[in-house]
Amino acid sequence: MTHFSAFSLLKNALTGHKAWTEQWPDSQPKKEYDVIIVGAGGHGLGAAYYLAKQHGITNVAVIDKGWLGGGNTGRNTTIIRSNYLYDESAKLYDHAVDLWENLSQDLNYNVMYSRRGVLMLAHNVHDVQSFKRHIHANRLNGVDNRWLTTQECKDYCPPLNIAQNARYPVMGGALQERAGTARHDAVAWGYARGAAMRGVDIIQNCPVTAIRRNADGSVAGVETAKGFIKAKKVAVSAAGHTSVVMETAGVRLPLESYPLQALVSEPIKPIFPCVVMSNAVHAYISQSDKGELVIGSGTDQYTSYSQRGGLPLIEHTVAAITEVFPIFNRMRMLRKWGGIVDVTPDRSAIISKTPVEGLYVNCGWGTGGFKATPGAAHTFAWTVAKNEPHPINAPFTMERFRTGRLIDEAAAAAVAH
Amino acid sequence: MLLIHCPYCEETLPEAEFTYAGQAHVIRPEDPSGQSDDQWQEFLFIRANPKGPHYERWRHFHGCGRFFNAVRDTVSDKFLTTYKAGAPRPDLSSLTEGLK
Repeated sequence: MTHFSAFSLLKNALTGHKAWTEQWPDSQPKKEYDVIIVGAGGHGLGAAYYLAKQHGITNVAVIDKGWLGGGNTGRNTTIIRSNYLYDESAKLYDHAVDLWENLSQDLNYNVMYSRRGVLMLAHNVHDVQSFKRHIHANRLNGVDNRWLTTQECKDYCPPLNIAQNARYPVMGGALQERAGTARHDAVAWGYARGAAMRGVDIIQNCPVTAIRRNADGSVAGVETAKGFIKAKKVAVSAAGHTSVVMETAGVRLPLESYPLQALVSEPIKPIFPCVVMSNAVHAYISQSDKGELVIGSGTDQYTSYSQRGGLPLIEHTVAAITEVFPIFNRMRMLRKWGGIVDVTPDRSAIISKTPVEGLYVNCGWGTGGFKATPGAAHTFAWTVAKNEPHPINAPFTMERFRTGRLIDEAAAAAVAH
Repeated sequence: MLLIHCPYCEETLPEAEFTYAGQAHVIRPEDPSGQSDDQWQEFLFIRANPKGPHYERWRHFHGCGRFFNAVRDTVSDKFLTTYKAGAPRPDLSSLTEGLK
């Protein structure tokens, strides 16, 4: 695998770009691994990368039922931010943002992290009070976040409608400037390439059908479409399908799987400089580098494993967007899709050991796992390698649902958390 | 858009009239103070979340306002049946039989 640099680009340009090698091989499973990671999304591939790079564990396989990055990693709206209310969440997400900042250099792969700022609009007195509370809490935790007046919001994001006779007038906003977006596919590809370079096998199109346990209860390996694969440790990072996979090991999790939808418009010239969220009307929007407006919708009200979702939500979302940005009301939408997200009762993730020895789980990211990808992968790899939690993910155990020590971001998080 | 049959109104109506109300047949403990932490966790937080037929509650919010139960396949989102609250859990094999 070639190291990407200006020099390698020039060299390959001179030879007609015929000498580029594959970025990762399409591996077939070996009989046995030290660690098997179930799920080749950003979180799973990232965990494999950090296992190999930071913990020297390279006899690792990442197994996915489809193609890598084809689940929620390739279906989200790519928003990155860390302005969470509670100390535990702020530390976890800010750790991720710290890693995002140097991720392209670290991976030698351009993940197109763009610090374009995330602006959360306040439309009523309650919004103003709660956002100001968030800003103060964030600043105490060293997370950047500041208040913008209505006019400052308009200056920051010119397409915004700030007419005070609107149904939901803009009363100001909270701006996190370090927040932004990244290219979701490149994150999966960059981690896959980085992990494969260090000897990790990436096995695609191979569903894991069950986790098998030894007579003493510890984990033995996984049953897959390509036969049984032995493993000393199994790390599950399977998003919406986590509870299905974990149940085969006899571990029941406080998860429910919902479809979460998003949509993009036809591509247009650059008009939208940042990410804007509005909790009150339930809309969030940014513009991709291809020019499409990327619009996040919500989760359907019912649990489901169909990666579609219902149309009423799309109608609601588009109504909200045209309310805040009347400039877009003639735009045509290009396509919409759904991904299956695993939601916990307190809307915070689980990065944890399990009652089964050698079995680990990274799940419960609900509607907001993309932004945490490097941080979650990094702390999950630590947990798997050392068999103990990293200080940052220590509060995110599955025991918290028994002890009652919840991290209740349900009300605190924004629309796109 | 799902089409949902309300067993009280005896009408099949669009999803927009209904609200989802979570897993059905979750029984509240009769002796709350005698429950262990594990039992509370099970009752409050642990859900079946199956990939396949799911027993769940719906409420005909913009109609009769009543709660009822349903069996829905979470892969196809197809309703296998709906039935009144308090009625026993229908036998799954007879429902899936009709589908084939």
